[in-house]
Amino acid sequence: MSTINVLDHVMVPEHKIMSEEDVQALFSRYHLTSDQLPKIFHDDPAAKAIKAKIGDVIRIVRFSQTAGIAESYRLVIKRPKK
Amino acid sequence: MPSPKRIGKIEFGLFSPKEIRKMSVRKIIWADTYDEDGFPYPQGLMDLNLGVIDPGLRCKTCDQKAADCPGHFGHIELAKPVIHVGYTRLIRKLLRVTCRNCSRLLLPPTEIEKVLSTDEESGPDVLTEKDIKKEQICPHCAEQQYKINFEKPTTFSEVWMEGNRKMEHKLTPADIRARLEKIPDEDLRALGINPVVARPEWTILTVLPVPPVTMRPSIILENGQRSEDDLTHKLVDIIRINQRFKENQDAGAPQLIIEDLWELLQYHVTTYLDNEVAGCPPARHRSGRPLKTLSQRLKGKEGRFRGSLSGKRVNFSARTVISPDPNISVREVGIPLACANEMTIPVRVTPFNITEVREFIMNGPDRKDVNAPCGANYVIRPDNRRIRLSETNLQTVSEMVEPGWTVERQLRDTDVVLFNRQPSLHRMSIMAHQTKVMQGKTFRLNPAVCPPYNADFDGDEMNLHVPQTEEAMAEAHILLAVQENILSPRFGGPIIGGIHDHVSGIFMLTHGLRWFPKRDVLYLLEARNLPRLPPPGREEEGIPYWSNKQVFSLILPSDLNMVFRASSCQNCPQCKEESCDRDAYVKIIDGLLHSGTIDKKSIGAFDGQILHRIIRQYGMRRSADFIDDMTKLAIRSIMLDGFSFGIDDEDLSKTEYGQIREVLDTAANDVRTRIKIYEEGALEPMPGRTEEETLEMQIMQVMGKARDRTGEIAGRHLGLENSAVVMAVSGARGSMLNLTQMAGCIGQQSVRGERIMRGYDERTLPHFKRRDRGAEAHGFIKNSYKSGLSPTEFFFHAIGGREGLVDTAVRTSQSGYLQRRMINALQDLKVAYDGTVRTTGGRIIQFLYGEDGTDPAKSSYGNPVDVKGIVESVLKEES
Repeated sequence: MSTINVLDHVMVPEHKIMSEEDVQALFSRYHLTSDQLPKIFHDDPAAKAIKAKIGDVIRIVRFSQTAGIAESYRLVIKRPKK
Repeated sequence: MPSPKRIGKIEFGLFSPKEIRKMSVRKIIWADTYDEDGFPYPQGLMDLNLGVIDPGLRCKTCDQKAADCPGHFGHIELAKPVIHVGYTRLIRKLLRVTCRNCSRLLLPPTEIEKVLSTDEESGPDVLTEKDIKKEQICPHCAEQQYKINFEKPTTFSEVWMEGNRKMEHKLTPADIRARLEKIPDEDLRALGINPVVARPEWTILTVLPVPPVTMRPSIILENGQRSEDDLTHKLVDIIRINQRFKENQDAGAPQLIIEDLWELLQYHVTTYLDNEVAGCPPARHRSGRPLKTLSQRLKGKEGRFRGSLSGKRVNFSARTVISPDPNISVREVGIPLACANEMTIPVRVTPFNITEVREFIMNGPDRKDVNAPCGANYVIRPDNRRIRLSETNLQTVSEMVEPGWTVERQLRDTDVVLFNRQPSLHRMSIMAHQTKVMQGKTFRLNPAVCPPYNADFDGDEMNLHVPQTEEAMAEAHILLAVQENILSPRFGGPIIGGIHDHVSGIFMLTHGLRWFPKRDVLYLLEARNLPRLPPPGREEEGIPYWSNKQVFSLILPSDLNMVFRASSCQNCPQCKEESCDRDAYVKIIDGLLHSGTIDKKSIGAFDGQILHRIIRQYGMRRSADFIDDMTKLAIRSIMLDGFSFGIDDEDLSKTEYGQIREVLDTAANDVRTRIKIYEEGALEPMPGRTEEETLEMQIMQVMGKARDRTGEIAGRHLGLENSAVVMAVSGARGSMLNLTQMAGCIGQQSVRGERIMRGYDERTLPHFKRRDRGAEAHGFIKNSYKSGLSPTEFFFHAIGGREGLVDTAVRTSQSGYLQRRMINALQDLKVAYDGTVRTTGGRIIQFLYGEDGTDPAKSSYGNPVDVKGIVESVLKEES
């Protein structure tokens, strides 16, 4: 079976795991704690493709109709049972 | 006042029979309420221990009067246990996952361990029904398990196979309770139930709490008769059956009778808790009305949550019919004198305003004239006692007032009030207006503010609220004022602007070139209040004339520059600009209209370009003034020429009628030949379509074209001297299609985008032959509204019209619910000071509002910067 990398698809925005320092900078910039971040499941195809682990923070850069380029950040969490 | 405390946790659990008895102040055994003297029976449903509702009596439990006693619970001992309908799901689940013999979980401890701790830090997990296999043998006592059948509303039974026979055994509530009692605490914890606060057997009622009388007060009708609350009625039923049940049980009645009574008791308790359970006929009042029992009190729009806690009725509000008044500003609202006299604003008396306040009081509560100064209705003393003002006490009260008192002053001109029309679908449905006290009995509003409220004057009513504090008034004035809401956040353009007659009027004024003598110019601009007129554009025989474009330019800001195309623009491949045949090339340089016609595109609500530019360049206040000037100028210009439409405006000449007939005949012939080709099987189907579909599409196309051709023919005859054409071209109302249907031909009627096919066997109506595929047989209307429809045409027209009505009815209810859910999901989000969108808990929804941090109401049709506008105002030419 051939596998495809979802990140190569045009509709999937860029996902990158952030370094520890970047995460700290992000938290201090927005006065955040990790539970206030938007979430992404650990088994999300994009999260799997970049081999993100639970607790990682992912930076997502996507094209935006209004702003041109928009950045967003998500915390990887375990998918809850049902 | 005690400081607010943070809630640590909330625990939900079930009442145990023990707790119910403990909190009960009285055991209730009598089904009756009051004796002949109207005194409550002891141990009856209205027992004085349960609280008092009649004034004068004292509660036997807390010794307080009716107003202070909160009421106390009683209880009923049920003869046999019954199931609580609210927990049938839970009971079913528990019966299915536990052993019928030993009541242990049907899973060996090792398996339980596996499910509970699947992962390290993920926290405790719970067992579900799916983790347990059906029909197996108990791992603890090796008992064969049976299938548990549940039948709505409250019947449980065991089903098993004996040979080839299907066996069924009904479980009584007592059986079920015995099973639930035996489930060990550890097994319950594995299922996510905290046995300390919610033992499962407590879902089977053995004792029923009786709510206090304060919760179910009886009302006394005019004829002196008592009418009991629905809950009391239901409790009476329960006690009666319970009593009979007990008697039969003690007398050793046969099993059959006992079972019947048990079921009846179950029914009454079920409907007492919820009278809308599936599979259970609702308990009814003597009159046939279903009773409103516990669940019905809480559920739904009029329930406790949505109706009493989230929504309440308010004071200082008014509601009446609205009517238009083009002579008041868009910022104002006309209020009937009777209404203004009733509604008040509290004024704190200070040393600085005491003389003014004394005047309010001296004016009294009965203002006779709209121009008279406002009076006052009440005076509030520092000890919060209210004194009602009347003709007799004005003098004494006005001498009594001193700083520290409060006077409730009547509404007067230029007060700030909130004005609202339901359904309040967007934020512009509530705006702050300045009051203007007027004669009459209706609220008056400028027709230009109709679009944001979606109001018209066919009997619409609107609500008005009077802010009661200075903060509220300031907030309303700064955030909700009409001029602050001209730009809609929905699309970043003006939502307030010229409608209907404003657009027609301004179009007729500015179209082409016209010259007005001084008299007419002054008439048109009467409301503008100009210091002097500009030099006339032309002089003839010593009489000065001003052009129509000059007149319009007088309401524009003097340094406005813009170039755009009006609604009447036809998008010609090569634009002729200033020499446009339709005068659709609008060019404004330094506040002077050089060419072009002003219409919907310039000043209309939703897409008024001039309006939009004035807001961005000169601010909200100037644009509100512009709307006022523009609407008044438009109304005066439409009155200068007069504007009407009659049946003879749809008349065409003989040649046009001939041409229309010709077009329709050729179309009908075309359809006939196509049908013939199809019937001969020679039709080439389009890709992905059957031959029949192809034919239908072709016919639709031919008929559509034919209708449009008749429209063109009619349009050739009808020019700008026709008022319907003026309205269609200027964008005021209607379209050329409407005109086509009035004068030319109505065209094909359709249902779901197809010709009308339904009706009788192989034909739409008995007037046609079976399998007739012709135009007339499937809803083509040759006639116009003017010429009148034939009976079959009329019927087809009704079919097509019905579809539209059904569509709108369905759409409004669906989109209403959609919007409600959306509002519930988004209502607590806010944009924080760092530009992020967050919930109340600080959780981030968006890292920058709308990804670009732009307020759509302050944007230019969604773009943060209006590049075209800036270029135009600098270069003074089209960008």
